[in-house]
Amino acid sequence: MAKITLDNLAHSYLKQPKSDDDWALKELNHDWADGEAYALLGSSGCGKSTLLNIISGLLRPSRGRILFDGRDVTDAPTAERNIAQVFQFPVVYDTMTVGENLAFPLKNRGADPKYIAERVNAIAAMIGMEDQLRRKARGLTADAKQKISLGRGMVREDVNALLFDEPLTVIDPHMKWELRTQLKQLHHDFGHTMIYVTHDQTEALTFADKVVVMYDGRVVQIGTPQELFERPAHTFVGFFIGSPGMNLFDAQVSGATATVQGVAVPLGDSYAPVAGQVQIGVRPEFVRLHAGGEGLPARITRVEDVGRHKIVRLDVGGTAANAILDEGTPVPAGADRVSFDAEAINVYADDWRVAPQSLQGRAA
Amino acid sequence: MNKTVNQKAWFLVLPVLILVGFSAVIPLMTVVNYSVQDTFGNNVFFWAGLDWFRDMLESERMWNALGRQLVFSSIILAIEVPLGIFVALNMPKKGFWASFCLVLMSLPLLIPWNVVGTIWQIFGRVDIGLLGYVLAKLGVNYNYTQNVIDAWATVIIMDVWHWTSLVALLAYAGLQSIPDAYYQAAKIDQASRWKVFRFIELPKMAGVLMIAILLRFMDSFMIYTEPFVVTGGGPGNATTFLSIDLVKMALGQFDLGPAAAFSLMYFLVILLISWVFYTVMTNLDKRDGV
Repeated sequence: MAKITLDNLAHSYLKQPKSDDDWALKELNHDWADGEAYALLGSSGCGKSTLLNIISGLLRPSRGRILFDGRDVTDAPTAERNIAQVFQFPVVYDTMTVGENLAFPLKNRGADPKYIAERVNAIAAMIGMEDQLRRKARGLTADAKQKISLGRGMVREDVNALLFDEPLTVIDPHMKWELRTQLKQLHHDFGHTMIYVTHDQTEALTFADKVVVMYDGRVVQIGTPQELFERPAHTFVGFFIGSPGMNLFDAQVSGATATVQGVAVPLGDSYAPVAGQVQIGVRPEFVRLHAGGEGLPARITRVEDVGRHKIVRLDVGGTAANAILDEGTPVPAGADRVSFDAEAINVYADDWRVAPQSLQGRAA
Repeated sequence: MNKTVNQKAWFLVLPVLILVGFSAVIPLMTVVNYSVQDTFGNNVFFWAGLDWFRDMLESERMWNALGRQLVFSSIILAIEVPLGIFVALNMPKKGFWASFCLVLMSLPLLIPWNVVGTIWQIFGRVDIGLLGYVLAKLGVNYNYTQNVIDAWATVIIMDVWHWTSLVALLAYAGLQSIPDAYYQAAKIDQASRWKVFRFIELPKMAGVLMIAILLRFMDSFMIYTEPFVVTGGGPGNATTFLSIDLVKMALGQFDLGPAAAFSLMYFLVILLISWVFYTVMTNLDKRDGV
């Protein structure tokens, strides 16, 4: 187990990267604390897997260093780093039995046969394949194979970190929950540093202590699920996390008031003058619908009942927006105005969150 | 289920039947016809029953040729398969050099067989051939027309030069189909180079390798042109393989009956061995699970 430090890390798949776009992973400084469970969340192609492969040593970063407990391992081969990694698509050794597959990483390290047998049985129990240990791995279903891959990732107890690259994509939903719970349990029991890559926010939010959100080769926010929900640092975080995502409106902000489409919207805090493209963001959970009175004129285009709550699709002066109503709450008759909970509004300049004046200097 | 019965559908199969009839069945039957008859010329034939088959089975000449043939096929398989795999493993995976190697590897396969024979026939000549001349200058007593070992070595090296590419290209195709994730997982699992070969590359190549072995076996078992051009079956009968012997018998001596019986048995041997290969191959595929 180790603390993993990324020091000015950047990677490009091109030999001569020129523009900013050529970098698959933009410059990054981050510490992965020893024993924490992280989720790495982002849309496809945002550099998540690149980052993972750099940590495990499958890829050498174009720039910067990577340290395990302060020791520079940038040029150390994968084997020396002693890391476990599970990939998106199952990798099993076809000609081996399930048991031999699970034992493989331990055998390669020359572990004691008695210890190997013990670990293999423990892992087999965890992935629910005890009765198939003697079966050849060839010809198993994709999710059985992926369970073996997961098992192979977990069989070593002394790894520095456990990396998961969207490991549950091919597994059916029922088993997904079970395996995710197992992984959490494993983390709880052994305290490995775990990094879990996914583009599924539910998976990220349920698995991790801390969620790292990546966008376009950059880490845009690191925080607890609650922080990501309440204070998205980047409009991408607001949009990506939450279902539906955060509503964004172009606005002018002065003091504690934002002007949207000519209507004044009160904010929860006052702001210093902001430059750039200014937007306010408010999550659908904090949008109120009413007939007449204060607020922005809006038209309801559709109401979707998803069971736990209702999603109301809105057209606010040409901008699409959403509101969420509790299951018991009826859509107000003749609703033609929306207003927002002032405390829940975030202000963005060029997509990055602006800290309110009262907090300036403390956090950005 | 209600099936429409329409016997006219048989007509759709007819063209294929006719084609196969003319291309395979009728020629084969002619051979069968010759194999059970004897003639003293003038197109007069006598019924000979299974005499020719009995003769051939008792003929030391045929058993010797079969022996030589089996030794030859075993040697070239033992060289070409490992060598082909080795070459495939060391070829670049992508980019300009990958294409370059592929073209280079394909070249020997594109050369007509008798030209290959001629190339090596000249190449090995002590008076003007590059190989023969250099060996002679180095003091090696090399002469493929007189020395049995030299003749065999020349024929084998020629076949290896000509056909290793085929094994290499098939093995390469098998290797290319392995997703990167397998190599990455092996690194994570800290597998040695040997284990990567043994547990990832070899199993993934198994299918194409079986095809390569089957093709190389059948081809080498029927080899005629190249050794005929280089050594003419000599010195003595040292490189007289089955096909060469067959042609000598059928055209050289004009012993149609024995030659026909001989070729039928030759055909059956190839069929039998190919069938064994095929069965082994399909069983390997079915060995899944349980």
